[in-house]
Amino acid sequence: MAIDWFPLWLSLRVAAISTAVALVAGLWLAWILANRQFRGKEILDAAITLPLVLPPTVLGYYLLVLLGRASPIGKLYEWIFGGPLVFSWQAAVVAALFHSTPLLVKSARAAFESVDRSFERAARNLGASELRLFWRVTLPLARRSILAAGALAFARSLGDFGVTLMIAGNIPGRTQTVAIAIYDAVEAGNGATARVLVVIVSVIALVILSIANRLTTNPFGPRQTAL
Amino acid sequence: MIQARLRKNFTPGAESAGFVLDVEFRAAKGITVLFGPSGAGKTLTLDCIAGFVRPDEGRVLVDDQILFDAASGVCLAPRARHCGYVFQNYALFPHMTLRQNLEFALDRSPRLERHRKVNEMLEKFHLADVSGRRPHALSGGQKQRCSIARALIGSPRLLLLDEPARGLDAPLRAELYSVLREVRQDFGIPILLVTHDFEECLELGDEMLVFREGRIVQTGAPRKVFDQPVSVDVARLLGLYNLLPAEIRGLDPGRNASRIRYRDFELTGPYFPGHLIGDQVWLCIPPDLLSATPRDGQTFGNQMPATLVRVVEKPDRLRLEFAGDIAVDVPRSEFEKHRGAKDWLIEFPRSSVRIL
Repeated sequence: MAIDWFPLWLSLRVAAISTAVALVAGLWLAWILANRQFRGKEILDAAITLPLVLPPTVLGYYLLVLLGRASPIGKLYEWIFGGPLVFSWQAAVVAALFHSTPLLVKSARAAFESVDRSFERAARNLGASELRLFWRVTLPLARRSILAAGALAFARSLGDFGVTLMIAGNIPGRTQTVAIAIYDAVEAGNGATARVLVVIVSVIALVILSIANRLTTNPFGPRQTAL
Repeated sequence: MIQARLRKNFTPGAESAGFVLDVEFRAAKGITVLFGPSGAGKTLTLDCIAGFVRPDEGRVLVDDQILFDAASGVCLAPRARHCGYVFQNYALFPHMTLRQNLEFALDRSPRLERHRKVNEMLEKFHLADVSGRRPHALSGGQKQRCSIARALIGSPRLLLLDEPARGLDAPLRAELYSVLREVRQDFGIPILLVTHDFEECLELGDEMLVFREGRIVQTGAPRKVFDQPVSVDVARLLGLYNLLPAEIRGLDPGRNASRIRYRDFELTGPYFPGHLIGDQVWLCIPPDLLSATPRDGQTFGNQMPATLVRVVEKPDRLRLEFAGDIAVDVPRSEFEKHRGAKDWLIEFPRSSVRIL
């Protein structure tokens, strides 16, 4: 029996790219939420959390409207890259991004906020700019939790089904991710393929989660408190 | 030289009582101790000077440079203030070696100069041997010296220390004091040190500011403050005196004498200018100025009968606590002669009688 491995590779690639993008955007958002006081901060936080609770179809519909071929963003994308964004593998990246960023921002914000304030005060007192404070003090001190958050975001990117289906579709060999391939296999009565993919995805998720757990609870590493 | 006038209002909330910080002081080079109980606004004052907290009103001037001025809206960022700050928990960056911790403060200096300065500081604070270690691998004393070195390496115009002796054992405390005395001599900048330990004030302070409920209630050399607390509140904060409610019954400027009534007992003291007969006052007498002898019949002037309640061990003497909240310090040998006596006479030497 021949299994088509393309969906698995596509999913891993999509998850890797979306995690990289989520780390950059998510850390920036988390830093702002953890450090700045501004009006509407809690609304911004709620808006970032929204994808966690909305039905995937609702989120997918929004994205379809926002990024579709008739929308300004969709047109701009098409003008730059010469092809539509929706129903391409890049759309799967966008879907995974919206699926995973909320979780990353939540955990990264908590990680930044858990860094003892006195380190940040000390850094500022010693003449450090905010940028230097971030790169040299806060980020290194929070790095384990940030890596754990990144691992969780990767695992979550891997698992998206609804949003991907809505905006990337189910085109075998082009946009069919592993989650959708499993659904397809079950629908087609192809139980053997479904079982293999299910086991592989479960193992990958399990490994990633245990890595994340190891990162957040390491009793033997250097202590990160002040004393 | 630092001049500061600070006012900061914290309105009472659901879970917190309100607090008003309202202080004004100046401090020249040397050690100025900010003394007071917890919650009196000492650390808040340091934080306002360092720029971590923005006061509502006031002005902070260091050597003619304005760090903060509410009237003209000037408020320099902490990184532009050049105030060395030694945090209560040291706040050494745990992911950097001791050398990197020091280098962090000299980011802008050219490499060679940075290297030279770091070495100089490591040498000066006896840290050269452990410069490659991270904070968690250092002893308490090393961490403490490192945090002081880090605060000083950028040549600040001011050094702020937030309860540096808190939680230190006696040898470390002694080491800290000698380091701070060296710093006072070698750096020639104002040093503001927060503490709630009066012995520390005596040991280190050139000047002290007594904080109480967000205000400064007395300033002066620690010895002077000890000899002449301005109010019964200050005397209570120091916690070093017998404080007895009394009434002035007689004043005789001609013979430089006064009569003070405490309970049903009258004492003779020196004349107190500025008081009237009938004034309710507080007798304020350190326990070591009184003496006590077992009672054997006769009493003379200024000797008050009292019942011994408890004997408290002190390192160099014994403290006898009598009924009526009077404490008297006596040498151990003297007490041993009269062990077991219950009724005593407390003698108030005339010169010891002071009122607030």
